Amino acid sequence: MDRKRCCVKLSVHPSRGLMDEKFTVLVQNVLPGFQLTVYAFYKCEGGYSWEAFAHYTASATGAVNVSEDPSRGGTYSGVEPMGLMWSLRPVPGSKSGLRMRKMNVQTPMEVTISVYQGHLTEGFVDQVPLAAVVVERWYMAPGVRRIPITEGGLTATLFLPSGPGPFPGLLDLWGGGGKLVEYRAALLASHGIAAMALDYLTPQITKETGKMVDYEYFEAAYRVLEQHPQILGSRIAMLGLSFGTSVTLRMAVYSQVIKLRCAVCISGSHVQPIDGSVAQIMTSFNDNADKTRFNEEQHVIWRDLLMPIPTDASLKVDVGRLRCPLLLVVGEDDQNWPSYESAMDMKEMMQRAGNEHLLTVLSYPNAGHLIEPPFTPSARASAFKTISNTPQTVMVLWGGEPVAHSVAQEDSWRKTLVFLRVNLYGGSQPGAAASSHL
Amino acid sequence: MLRHARGSLWSVYFKTRVPDHRTGLRRWSSMHRAVPPVISVTPSRALVDETFRVAVQNLPPGSPVTLHSLHRSEDEDLWEAFGHYVSDSRGTVSVADDFSFGGTYTGKEAMGLLWSMSPVPGSREGLRLRKKNVCIPQLVNISVYGGHVEEGFGERLPLASTLTERWHLGPGVRRIEISERGVRGTLFIPPGPGPFPGMLDMWGGGGGLLEYRSALLASHGYASLALEYFTAGELKSADKEFSYFETAFNIVREHPQVIPDRVGLFGLSLGSLMASYLAAESSVIEPRCCVCVSGGHLYPRGANLQQLFRAYSSHSHKLRVDEHNREIWRSINLPIPEDLSQKLDVGKINCPMLLVNGIDDQNWPTVECAEDMAHMMRAAGKEHLLTRIEYPDAGHLIEPPYSPHSRATKFIKDGVTVILLWGGQTKPHADAQEDSWRNILAFLQKHLYCTQNPKAKM
Repeated sequence: MDRKRCCVKLSVHPSRGLMDEKFTVLVQNVLPGFQLTVYAFYKCEGGYSWEAFAHYTASATGAVNVSEDPSRGGTYSGVEPMGLMWSLRPVPGSKSGLRMRKMNVQTPMEVTISVYQGHLTEGFVDQVPLAAVVVERWYMAPGVRRIPITEGGLTATLFLPSGPGPFPGLLDLWGGGGKLVEYRAALLASHGIAAMALDYLTPQITKETGKMVDYEYFEAAYRVLEQHPQILGSRIAMLGLSFGTSVTLRMAVYSQVIKLRCAVCISGSHVQPIDGSVAQIMTSFNDNADKTRFNEEQHVIWRDLLMPIPTDASLKVDVGRLRCPLLLVVGEDDQNWPSYESAMDMKEMMQRAGNEHLLTVLSYPNAGHLIEPPFTPSARASAFKTISNTPQTVMVLWGGEPVAHSVAQEDSWRKTLVFLRVNLYGGSQPGAAASSHL
Repeated sequence: MLRHARGSLWSVYFKTRVPDHRTGLRRWSSMHRAVPPVISVTPSRALVDETFRVAVQNLPPGSPVTLHSLHRSEDEDLWEAFGHYVSDSRGTVSVADDFSFGGTYTGKEAMGLLWSMSPVPGSREGLRLRKKNVCIPQLVNISVYGGHVEEGFGERLPLASTLTERWHLGPGVRRIEISERGVRGTLFIPPGPGPFPGMLDMWGGGGGLLEYRSALLASHGYASLALEYFTAGELKSADKEFSYFETAFNIVREHPQVIPDRVGLFGLSLGSLMASYLAAESSVIEPRCCVCVSGGHLYPRGANLQQLFRAYSSHSHKLRVDEHNREIWRSINLPIPEDLSQKLDVGKINCPMLLVNGIDDQNWPTVECAEDMAHMMRAAGKEHLLTRIEYPDAGHLIEPPYSPHSRATKFIKDGVTVILLWGGQTKPHADAQEDSWRNILAFLQKHLYCTQNPKAKM
């Protein structure tokens, strides 16, 4: 028994990687045809336990290579090099509605990967694995600097890539859940872009005054980037997800101060009352709250609040006036926002205006709303705390089928990085950069 | 004002190097294009024996550049290496694929920026790079400069720069300080339930406690004890000294997470001699296999370490020095004596032995010893247990791969600091380190992880 256990060699390479890097899990020194389960375990910052597992059969050389061999069952099947990460799910008996988000980006995510004898589906805690290793997954590359920003009334964090610079800049906006979420900006800085994560729904200033921010807030954030000695003022982009898209499109078209080199809009829409404040965009959604639907599990579906896409020009951002390249990323099973329909309408508007050459649409079948950087689990529905005077927690349906959604995350992230690199690092004129690289 | 992150590693390296931002930026932008190149090291965090790919993008095509590495050691010395490259038509340089035309290394050398490092001009003499605190990584700064630069890197601003971490300790490896039964050392245990094969890891005559090789071995699945030597005269007899090593071996063997019949020995220099001694003479311990780097078998029977050193000193009239007054010890023990009482009885060894030696070893006649050991083992019918690897132009200090080579370094001999010549030429020595480590890991895997019982072959 001891002798057999000693033989199993488990390795994960790289053992310390960035969150968007792939790893190779290799099991060696087992008997040919040996049945085993590869298991991943992670305890998140909230203290909840997550697990993923897959069933493999060792090759004739007594090895299993997760990147090349098919899983015959578990939380994922088939050949999935990163399945152990994106198929992580709360262990049985966990609280419902959990969503995995790392809030402290200065420490790595530590995942334990182990190998068990046989094809197990439960009771991992009660068994002793044959071998186990620890893998670190980082949002910050070595040398990336994290700088909290509070000047100008901002609640933000700037991540500077390592090196003297100067670097292109980026304003990173999340959605309607608010808070200061840093991980995507940290990852972008690890790829050479000075990225600022901006809290614009629950910043300190809103907590103190009770008022939602407006144009001046985003323009102040833009100015911090533009004037920073290590950032190239003429090469600043904006990236928004969900409600962050609404803000990004508004600023890209209507701000007199913000001059974007390019923009990335994920799972959002151009539908908003364009006269008036940013706060009024929120209230216009609430006005349509009666269009809220529920599925059989009583999860909230909000996509109809903006449907049908209006024909009235005052109710949508005039994307025909955009002067910079725009990348739209949408999931066709988005149950939270009508992002696909909005993308199609934006495309039509730009065709009519003659600036369609600036537009690239990445549309993913069976992907949901929360299209995030790759290799973390997505939830088809999760608990969402609304931002309002009387916050409520509801179970929101985001949509998306796990495999298709993880494919969408991996593909769109890679293409987003190429889009940003081409537009922020390449060429001398904005807009001349071809998006055919994608 | 922007609040910069406290303890920024960047500021530690570049405090005196980055000029005022405004003038720096103006001067820089007048000399270069608006967008700087991007330098990347993949993986950015790795074990010290893992390779990386250094690439630069967004350069003008066909432009001469210098890739530069910089490391500030724990002793506050600066080490650097550099290579001269020319970007291709797409404006990229890939260190793994392109040729270096000059610098501290030439040719296609993916890891040249590490193994060809040496102390920066003006440094103290006789330095050796050795990691003491294995719980934090070695930080290496990799930069790209415009043009083919030979010196004065500290006064210039690089075009781009990135930081990479080199670790001896893998994630999840546990570090346990050992002080029991009179034995001192540090035990490193791989992550996982175990049990694991074990290792007793012994260093050279310089003494002290060096953990880095054991940390690395544990990162490869071996529960390894880095042994701290006793001080000269601390243990009163040769027997007591011998039993110190046997006890250390047993501490590993008896650990609940170690497989008792799969414990090996690993030694360098004096440690290698001790490993052979234990393998040959111990009636208490049975090492499963033995890795001997830059060692020998010259040991007067029954002598303790003090007597051993005295025996060497008695030949000190044979000590030579080179033109820089660096001591060459190899001839002290040549020719290899015929007298069996001056040598370990290696014919008694019963476990597989891997001998790794540098042919240009100026400190110890390791190749001559290996030859004699083979002869003695052949006479005893044990030659099949022996594997010898010898590297031309490699010196005495054959360390884990990509460590810089030091041809001569400071050493404290009888309380006096001297400079010892270890030998080796940088490039062949680096090749030897890389090749030998791969062979060592394969040897350990075969004998400590494999299902087959080597005894069954007989």
